[in-house]
Amino acid sequence: MTKNLYLWVIPLLPLVGAAINGLFGRRFKNAMVSAVALLFTAVSFGWAAWAVYSVWPGGATAHIETLPFPWITAGSFSAPFGFYLDQLSMIMVLVVTGVGFLIHIYSVGYMSHEGGYYRFFAYLNLFMFFMLTLVLANNYLLMFVGWEGVGLASYLLIGFYFLKDSAANAGKKAFIVNRIGDFAFLIGMFLLIQHFGSLNYDTVFGKIAEAHFSPEVGWGFFTITALCLMFGATGKSAQVPLYVWLPDAMEGPTPVSALIHAATMVTAGIYMIARSHAIFNLAPHALEIVAIIGCLTAIFAATMGLAQTDIKRVLAYSTVSQLGYMFLACGVAAYAAGIFHLMTHAFFKALLFLGAGSVIHAVGGEQDMRRMGGLRTKIPVTFWVVTIATIAIAGIPPFAGFFSKDQILGAVFHSPYGGPVIWAVGVITAGLTSFYMFRLWFMTFFGEYKPDADLGDAHLAPTAHAASAHGADAHGSGHDDGHGHGGVHESPWVMLAPLVILAVLSVAGGWVGIPEFIGGNNKIEHFLAPVMESPAVAGEQPAPAMKVLDPISRPEEKPTNEELLLAGTSVAAAIFGFFFAWLLYYKKPELPDRITSKIHGIYTMVLHKYYVDEGYGAIFVKPLLALSTVVFWRGVDQGVIDGLVNGAGATSKGIGNELRRMQSGNIRSYAAWVAIGGAAVLAYMIWLGVK
Amino acid sequence: MSDSILTLVTFLPAIGALVLMLMPRNDRSLRWAALIISLATFGLSLYLPMYYDPGQSGFQFDVNRNWIGQTIHYHMAADGISMWLVLLTTFLVPLSVLVSWKSIHDRVKEFFVLLLLLEMAMIGVFLSLDMFLFYVFWEATLIPMALLIGMYGHERRVYAAVKFFLYTMVASVFMLVAIIWLYTHNPQHNFEYTAFRDVIAHGGFSSTALQWLFLGFFIAFAVKVPLFPLHTWLPDAHVEAPTAGSVLLAGVLLKMGTYGLLRFNVGMFPDQSAYNSTWINVLAVIGIIYGALVALVQPNLKKLIAYSSVSHLGFVVLGIFSLTTIGTDGAVYQMLNHGISTGALFMLAGMLYERKHTYEFKEFGGLATPMPVFATFFLLAVLSSVGLPLLNGFVGEFLVLSGAFQSAVPHGMLFAILGSSGVIWGACYLLWMYQKVFYGQIHHDENKTLPEIDGRERISLVPLVVMSVIMGVASPYWMSSIGPAVTSTLPQAAAVTKSQPQKPIVHSRLDQYKQGPAMAAADATAHGLIQKDSIQKDSVQKDSATGGQK
Repeated sequence: MTKNLYLWVIPLLPLVGAAINGLFGRRFKNAMVSAVALLFTAVSFGWAAWAVYSVWPGGATAHIETLPFPWITAGSFSAPFGFYLDQLSMIMVLVVTGVGFLIHIYSVGYMSHEGGYYRFFAYLNLFMFFMLTLVLANNYLLMFVGWEGVGLASYLLIGFYFLKDSAANAGKKAFIVNRIGDFAFLIGMFLLIQHFGSLNYDTVFGKIAEAHFSPEVGWGFFTITALCLMFGATGKSAQVPLYVWLPDAMEGPTPVSALIHAATMVTAGIYMIARSHAIFNLAPHALEIVAIIGCLTAIFAATMGLAQTDIKRVLAYSTVSQLGYMFLACGVAAYAAGIFHLMTHAFFKALLFLGAGSVIHAVGGEQDMRRMGGLRTKIPVTFWVVTIATIAIAGIPPFAGFFSKDQILGAVFHSPYGGPVIWAVGVITAGLTSFYMFRLWFMTFFGEYKPDADLGDAHLAPTAHAASAHGADAHGSGHDDGHGHGGVHESPWVMLAPLVILAVLSVAGGWVGIPEFIGGNNKIEHFLAPVMESPAVAGEQPAPAMKVLDPISRPEEKPTNEELLLAGTSVAAAIFGFFFAWLLYYKKPELPDRITSKIHGIYTMVLHKYYVDEGYGAIFVKPLLALSTVVFWRGVDQGVIDGLVNGAGATSKGIGNELRRMQSGNIRSYAAWVAIGGAAVLAYMIWLGVK
Repeated sequence: MSDSILTLVTFLPAIGALVLMLMPRNDRSLRWAALIISLATFGLSLYLPMYYDPGQSGFQFDVNRNWIGQTIHYHMAADGISMWLVLLTTFLVPLSVLVSWKSIHDRVKEFFVLLLLLEMAMIGVFLSLDMFLFYVFWEATLIPMALLIGMYGHERRVYAAVKFFLYTMVASVFMLVAIIWLYTHNPQHNFEYTAFRDVIAHGGFSSTALQWLFLGFFIAFAVKVPLFPLHTWLPDAHVEAPTAGSVLLAGVLLKMGTYGLLRFNVGMFPDQSAYNSTWINVLAVIGIIYGALVALVQPNLKKLIAYSSVSHLGFVVLGIFSLTTIGTDGAVYQMLNHGISTGALFMLAGMLYERKHTYEFKEFGGLATPMPVFATFFLLAVLSSVGLPLLNGFVGEFLVLSGAFQSAVPHGMLFAILGSSGVIWGACYLLWMYQKVFYGQIHHDENKTLPEIDGRERISLVPLVVMSVIMGVASPYWMSSIGPAVTSTLPQAAAVTKSQPQKPIVHSRLDQYKQGPAMAAADATAHGLIQKDSIQKDSVQKDSATGGQK
């Protein structure tokens, strides 16, 4: 507590990097730009590691540092520039700086042929600044700074190729959909201010802990607040109903998809809910809704992933689906499991995206998997790391994804907010995940390489074609395919090295959470226990309802056999998924077409993502624009109000004519008019006074 | 110095205008002279925040002389609210001169004379504490502004100028009636602001009379703000006005309306303000949403920014009529923010106009490629306007909405929630606008060679961008002087919050905590300006009395 760690340096360093590259990068050589960007990110990572090391393993109270000058003060309210390091933010800050740094290295290779190189790294560093502010803030308002800021960075990076309308649209869509969530987050903050007079974590959670509330039965303050926060999280973490921006966000460069739209930014909502667990623990209804939303998102997105042929879009839907798992974990109050999955997912999904980027790079910008195939021998390193990531996400032991997913599913099964039905949905999702991931794997790396395959329905892969239309030199133009190499080739080592490191983490990252029932000691859950324990349990008089919420107490109570059975089921589902993928996309590649033509209706619906985008357009966007144009602008503004005003003007046309003459610049007539007006008013005044 | 500083700041531009009139018609030297005078005024006005004492609530730099007999005084003073609005004015005028450098090439002398006269009048409005003087300055802003629009505007300038003039002139008459009525009922027979405040508080007028007085002031200010549905003069005036006119119109003139609402409506009529707050909040919320939705569908860049002002000023009114300290603090801050961010947007739009001679979106598109620096400045202005945290707009918006949320106004929470939806609409129309102008392919060949902004244009934009960052991260500096001024303007309002506490939703312990600081604040502010002064006087008298006895 006493030691000053200068936590504010951690987010500030990337900001400095962003400022340098943003202001002067245009004149720098590419090597200089990347040197600046990498240096500041690396030092930030080092600083974060040192800070974590200094307070390791941390106690039940957080390490808080507040700058001497506040950010906003008004009346009795004050929000400081304060930083907060506890076990939760330790994990987050290490994941963000660590994975972030690896992706920076990768980008040096990946973006080396792109226009706007300095712009890319300036934005990427800016993103790091906001993301680190988000996870290190000691109050909700400063968290909101990062929250909105990562939205901005995401907007800029999705729209990086802004000459393409689809990219510009996707960026705008991401920002606006996120803003809808932010609106709810703001309301949640207003509620907190109203009731606690502060947004500082220690004040809010301290007061909650002091008061020993029991969970709300009905729809009280905590439930409403939790729902507002949750709705904010559905925007950032791409959950139903606000997930629609994330698949479109794949318009950005692939490293951006890896960093922002897989590993870090989209997990901000999970972090926020985990951070607010004291509020959620008191709001059973809110938890129930979080669990349902997570479960729905998980399976819904997984089915949409089944039919996609664009390699990045498969991964995008997979991300939405995996975020659904994390939401589900939060919904059953197994926050530690959610954060555990967040961490392992950051490793293997970043690896998958970067691997996909390496594949795209190898085949000259093609993103449609039907034009790939047989790449196993041509890009062996990429093949092996993607294989590892695929096994990890499929949930096959002993890879990382198995342990985290198993913890979530185990918690779901026993939780009052989960239960066997939601658990079953989770297991089916696991099977689907395994299927679409191995489908990707087979389609990309096995079979024949067919770069000129006739897709028949080429409009379904817009990016691949639109891309080649632009040159790569102009400011903001170019695309992933702008490399212009001939032949399939392995990526340079500056790109492969981060992949290898992430592959190691995708294998070993899960070993910190090996559950007790197979002989591990679940380090991560114990590590997070001091901050994740619900305050009522930590206090003197544990409420009975709280015990159910406490994930720690579960493994001892439950028989080992049942745990093994649950784990076995999910592994079996994964193997089933693998089997069908093998059958359909390796053994009998003609089968998928036959099947899709049999179930054409369902297939088309899935292919078009259940027409959700079209639905939102028809229900919200178009009517709103029509209302604004026809009713408000043309009708009310120009019709009613101006009609009245102009009508009043017309009746006094004489005055109007005088005035018009005045506008010719004749000052005297103008002065006369003022004098007449003034005299009239004064006469009226005098009359009033007399009366 | 401290009793003549306000006179100097106010009339230096007028002296400058006089000098300009006497100068020969050399456009170059006229421009430089205007720039130097406006910069000198800005420099002089910096005296105010440097020597302002935030610890002392109430008005400072007081100057009070007889002007017309005993009844009409030349009384000027600044508190934390008016001081910053004066600074905003003196800050924006040199920038307006800079953006007019090349765009005004005809009747240059008259243009800058009018601009400087406008500056004088605007500063006078914010500083006057004599209601007659206030009214003189208030109307004096109309003439140069209407002439600027009418003489230097675009195609439909005459229509716009007349509409602007008539709208605001007619509305002001109601205020004049109210002022004169108050004068006739003032036992001190003067136009003093504090005397009016006193007479309203203790004059024993019927609530009907007070209501009419309140409305008299309200209409004059509401048109100026402009509050829905009195806003339709604004888009026309903006579209037709020259860039400098738009900057000052949006940046300062609209603030005269919100300043008036706060200083006179809320400051003098606390009971009526509470009584009327509900429907005013309704209008403010309609303004926020309606302004944004109409902005969303504009085919014209400048019209879009104009409607965005309707939306943003809706926030300010919502904050003021939340009648809470935090909301009003935010509203005052939002006035400054809006001046900076919308001022920047209008300047940027003007730079585009100088190159393309149109504001229509269909003529733009893909401009980020030929003009990357311009695009970056534009993006920063958009982000400031959209309320991105760490830029200025967020602080004001957050405080306003937070205040509205805690307001004791009936249905206050509903208004706050509806108003908060403004953050979504703001993002919609601003990003839409940005995309239309800067992203995508270039469809008009002549746009491929549009010149990047030059040094002068950059110099005029940098101060605004820098200020929006500084005001976004260091708001307590401004709040230290705004806060006390707001508390002394809202004496009764705090009591309103106290007498009608929110229905407790959570358990009592929290409510005790919640009400603790609020009650203390209410007690502290329950004694208004007048009572405080009299208490101080009393104690001084006692002290001197006891001293005499010793």
